[in-house]
Amino acid sequence: MKGVSAMRFLSAVLLGASLLLSPPAAAPARAQERVVNVYNWSDYIDPYAIDRFQRETGIRVRYDVYDSLETLEAKLLAGKSGYDIVVPTSEPSFSRLIRAGALAPLDAARIPHLANLDPTMMSQVKSSDPGNKFGAIYLWGTTGIGYNAAKLAALAPDAPRDSWDLLLKPENAKRMAKCGIVLLDSAIDVIPSVLRWLGRDPNSTDSQDLAAVESALRGIRPYIRAFIGGGAVEQLASGEACLALNYSGDVIQAAARAEEAGKGIQIRYIVPKEGAQLAFDMLAIPADALHKSEAMELINFLLKPDVMAGITNQVRYPNAIPISNSSIKPDILNDPGIYPPQSVRDRFFTIGAVPPEATRARSRMWARLKSGG
Amino acid sequence: MRTLFLAPLWAWLTLFVAAPALLIAVIALAIPADTVPPFRLALAPDALIQALTDSFYWHGFLGSLRIAAISTLACLAIGYPMALAIARTSARWRGLLLAIVILPFWSGFLLRITAWIGILRDEGYLNAILSAVGIAKIQLMNTDAAMFIGIIYCYLPFLILPLESRLSSADRSLEQAAADLGATPVRVFVHVTLPHSLPGMFAGLALVFIPVTGEYVIPELLGGPSSITIGRVIADEFFNNNDWPQASALALILLAALVLPATIARRAPRGGRI
Repeated sequence: MKGVSAMRFLSAVLLGASLLLSPPAAAPARAQERVVNVYNWSDYIDPYAIDRFQRETGIRVRYDVYDSLETLEAKLLAGKSGYDIVVPTSEPSFSRLIRAGALAPLDAARIPHLANLDPTMMSQVKSSDPGNKFGAIYLWGTTGIGYNAAKLAALAPDAPRDSWDLLLKPENAKRMAKCGIVLLDSAIDVIPSVLRWLGRDPNSTDSQDLAAVESALRGIRPYIRAFIGGGAVEQLASGEACLALNYSGDVIQAAARAEEAGKGIQIRYIVPKEGAQLAFDMLAIPADALHKSEAMELINFLLKPDVMAGITNQVRYPNAIPISNSSIKPDILNDPGIYPPQSVRDRFFTIGAVPPEATRARSRMWARLKSGG
Repeated sequence: MRTLFLAPLWAWLTLFVAAPALLIAVIALAIPADTVPPFRLALAPDALIQALTDSFYWHGFLGSLRIAAISTLACLAIGYPMALAIARTSARWRGLLLAIVILPFWSGFLLRITAWIGILRDEGYLNAILSAVGIAKIQLMNTDAAMFIGIIYCYLPFLILPLESRLSSADRSLEQAAADLGATPVRVFVHVTLPHSLPGMFAGLALVFIPVTGEYVIPELLGGPSSITIGRVIADEFFNNNDWPQASALALILLAALVLPATIARRAPRGGRI
């Protein structure tokens, strides 16, 4: 969810290295020492939580990070990654890894804190993981619109601030093009939202629906400056882009960064009223993990309300453990961009797995759209 | 004795050229599947046939060849005069000038490309200078122009170095003789200097053209979305569509397509005699 295609070159290099030198992280542990090898998104943990886990359990945590799902997925699909805990996003990676048999089922008896997870959200994950067998929700977010408040007020004061119309209607996009419109370079994160805006099924793999999406996006293509893999945090925060189809977490980070910079740039996040795609980052265990029991212990620890509240306070992403709310900082809990009210949550939607042929049709449409040809 | 000296070379070729190519060929003939790794071994030509017949892939190949051709010609236009100038300076300055050409290699490739992002972006150094002297800002990042700047910057030394080495080995008395016999400077260049430099020029052109055709990083980081390159297409097949056989088939064809110009460059006139 955080960055789907940033620097694929690096992923390729890392993958090549891991194929040659696998397993990278699983150097033989000394006889009695218990370890767990964690592979998580960068900047996505409360360092104190890891310290505390090591102190309380004596299990050593070897912590490694990635910045794109592709890096993670390619490593796991190549096999023998050496990791014991990974954090894939529900779609497409988590569900694809389940289908490929790359993940081990969680043992609910050994992870009692699974019961802390919001049952509504866990049932929303079922479109990716029927039966909730393979993962626990770590953090979650939506795909929506980030904008620069001053630029929007100046260039398109009458444009709606609660709808995909702001971005997808050509008359609005045309006015905002002057200050920079960017889209996520990720077909899987853009197409379902456009389908939803068109009043169609976000899960549709029908070719006519895809054609409708393409023609809608072509309408605003001339006004798009760039397709950005991995989210437009930097572009929004620096004022280089003023309107972005982006992940909620990225926009919230951009807002925080813009405030730190103190140049008076205000970034806001919109959860469009037509509905926003919900994505979950899932705690999961690779099928060939060597330290499964330590991994389950760490997952159980992370699902403790006070630990999870610490993580949310640190990274500003919402978690799925409602009883942790009392320990979350009020400015985070009351930010509707991070914790949207129930009326907004009711309009969230999730997507299911896309069959390979439809995936290819989507990625080709995407390449055509980007090339403008 | 000769075999002994060549052994490391053969080991290197087997390990780092033949083995990976063979691995790619094996995967290209496999069938994609929802497994770890995501293919089933087979002898299926489907992916190769698809790679050769699908017009979408041809766009990718042609897009990359276009970028490589433009970049190579631009490198030649900029690099030839530079190589000639360096070759004609006194020995003392020549070493220094060559060192300056090589100097950028002392820092990482990705680092240098990232530095160009800092220069070319909307709020970057170039636009800061432009607006300081009263010229309107230009948008360069994420355009073809930025991509070509990055490619030419990175690959220019590969053209200059072999060309300069050839030019500096030229016998200047031949040029003087031609001039004494009444040839104009242009005639001297076309009939004496240029033919002598051809082997170095072809080596330089191949050193630029071949890697630029497969170039993925610079178009991805500096370029705009407007050009489909084969590097991007392969990455999409691998990472987005999870179709390793298709990605491998395309990589294999790219490899074959690049062996051709390399062979031509090898067969190119060794030149030197007039």
